[in-house]
Amino acid sequence: MEITINWYLTLGAVLFVIGVLGVLLRRNAIVILMSVELMLNAVNLTLVTFSQAMGDTAGQILVFFVMSVAAAEAAVGLAIVIAIFRSRLTIDVTNINLFRY
Amino acid sequence: MIGPILFFLFAVTAIAGALGMLVSRNPVSSALWLILNLFCVAGLYLTLSARFIAVIQVLVYAGAIMVLFVFVIMLLNLADLPSLKTIGWRRVVASALGLGVFAQLAFVTSMALDVVPQPISVESAAQSGTAGVLAKVLFTRYAFPLEVIGILLLVATIGAVLLAQRRFK
Repeated sequence: MEITINWYLTLGAVLFVIGVLGVLLRRNAIVILMSVELMLNAVNLTLVTFSQAMGDTAGQILVFFVMSVAAAEAAVGLAIVIAIFRSRLTIDVTNINLFRY
Repeated sequence: MIGPILFFLFAVTAIAGALGMLVSRNPVSSALWLILNLFCVAGLYLTLSARFIAVIQVLVYAGAIMVLFVFVIMLLNLADLPSLKTIGWRRVVASALGLGVFAQLAFVTSMALDVVPQPISVESAAQSGTAGVLAKVLFTRYAFPLEVIGILLLVATIGAVLLAQRRFK
């Protein structure tokens, strides 16, 4: 049986949805950040699939940039988590309502 | 044929890693499940013969970003959050939203089944995934975005240090 690129696209969609569910369902801020990384990773898989199927390197260059942005996002997000933990002693997002009032 | 076997092995393990990250209560085991998922996606890049991106995936994602996550988890020394006994309306709404996103993606993918490009041959695909080919494009045509990304990483580093040492009252 032949593996077409539809299989890769379907796998990317499934991984993306698992990341969405992680962001919506979990309460731990660090696990929410990890779910965002999972979603970026699913998009990267789709980009590499199209790039290799069409023989165009632009998709893989974009994946390179997405990884850099993911690294920056992880660093800043984890710094915010540490700052909130130092003042609130929790990272449960249902208890963090700094902008409510 | 070893291609389909490798694809299904990596795909099933990647989905299992993602689900493990979703359901495990301990943040450290969540991070370890995600690392398994990232390694499997690197294997999938290899089956697509995108070798440079596969190596970068292992080095940057599994090597740098996830070490940062595990480091912060252990630094904060978190106890597990108490489990929710009741299924609140938030969870119902969240599951419905997730299913909605999945329905959209499934619809788009099934609509595009006959218009997606047919894959080019493995030999020419293998030539477009090497570090040399990507570096030639990256340092000529995409040189300006590369410099901008460098500045972005510098700003993110400075911002992370400033944020983490500040005391909010």
